[in-house]
Amino acid sequence: MLASVAPASSDNCLTRNDWICGKYYSSRAGDLTDALVQHVGIVVVSVLLGLAVAVPLALLARRYRKLEGVIVGTTTALYTIPSLALFSLLVPVTGLGVTTVVIGLGLYSLTILVRNILEGLRAVPADVRESALGMGYAARRMLWRVEVPLALPAIMAGLRVATVSTVALTTVGAILDYGGLGDLLVDGTRTNFKAQVLATSVLCVLLAVVLDLLLVGLQRLLTPWTRTEAAR
Amino acid sequence: MTHDVIAWFRDPDHWRGAGGVPTLLGQHALLTLVSMVLATAVGLPLALWLGHRRRGGTFAVNLTNVGRAIPIVALLSVLSLGLFGTAELGPFGRSGLATLVTLALFALPPIVTNTYTGMTEVDADVVEAARGMGMGELELLRRVELPLAMPLIVSGIRLAVVQVWATATIAALVAGPGLGRIIVHGYESFQTAEVVAGSLIVAVVALFLELTLALVQKLMDPLPAGSR
Repeated sequence: MLASVAPASSDNCLTRNDWICGKYYSSRAGDLTDALVQHVGIVVVSVLLGLAVAVPLALLARRYRKLEGVIVGTTTALYTIPSLALFSLLVPVTGLGVTTVVIGLGLYSLTILVRNILEGLRAVPADVRESALGMGYAARRMLWRVEVPLALPAIMAGLRVATVSTVALTTVGAILDYGGLGDLLVDGTRTNFKAQVLATSVLCVLLAVVLDLLLVGLQRLLTPWTRTEAAR
Repeated sequence: MTHDVIAWFRDPDHWRGAGGVPTLLGQHALLTLVSMVLATAVGLPLALWLGHRRRGGTFAVNLTNVGRAIPIVALLSVLSLGLFGTAELGPFGRSGLATLVTLALFALPPIVTNTYTGMTEVDADVVEAARGMGMGELELLRRVELPLAMPLIVSGIRLAVVQVWATATIAALVAGPGLGRIIVHGYESFQTAEVVAGSLIVAVVALFLELTLALVQKLMDPLPAGSR
């Protein structure tokens, strides 16, 4: 299997199947980049999709008390469905493709996003809301100009957790051949290709760390007034 | 679709032999049981000790976040290519062992976090009263803190069991044992009915485990609902 990758007869880290192998990184840089790009794409689209659904759901849950239990309960229940099974259950509806992966991951991120948006909005002090009301803020203007900015730390915290866990979960998409780095991971495991497995695992963890740091940076930019507090 | 799934369940070939549902179900249950025993043996005493001393809260919380961030497929892959162990471990060799270790690690965060939270939420006055009554540390832990923390501890174990049971399906991605084989085979041969059938079996058992453990949790509560 590996002999086809490396020139036959030569003794190098590819033929020895080492865990760390410079020759692998240089010869397969293209594959790794493609997988990484796909991984990032899937994560970004899924989390944005989750956010786009979570905001209206959280607002609905806040507005109508009766709906709150249903919305929070359903999104929590979603999280208990195993990833592989969730993808499987979506397959009859969305087919064997990237749509299934993105929708599945988006559904997963809902749990954390809805909860954190709700908690964040709830934590806005009542007197702040009252002052805004006294200053003549209408409901919608109050939401976007007062409540959402104050809820941002909680919302961003949710976004961070959702993003980091989506990076990890995306690898399960390998079952549908749309797992980003997960495809290389599974392929490497099946062909006993150690360099590939270690490289993609490390990339996966690094990607999670980088995206998390980017979100921390974004949060600092968006909420300059909390800068003295430790990021949570 | 529904018809195809029912047909899959009615095919006797799917119920016998090495790839049959009973065998895979057994492997899946064994995987879940062993990894839960491992995780509980490590996580429970650790969290009880931390919770008793009321220290290490940041550790307990961070463990959950790290748990969510671990790419489980990556961990499974690295382990199954053998950072340790040999290939001569049972019929599934390294993939079997790798799955066990991965699942045990995966089960740790909910066990540790819930146990720790349960211990620290025991009323400080109650603990002080028990100390005042002359209870030693071990007796305090065994007779006061542990019973009061029990519902949360069981809830952590319940969460872990359901997650481990469900996640064990991923083992099949790296040629490991368990019900995931049905699902993976379905994907690979583009048989949606088989994928759905496999997932249904996993989901139904997960639901059963969830409900059973919820009952256990209720029975373990020393302060029945309403008295808190």
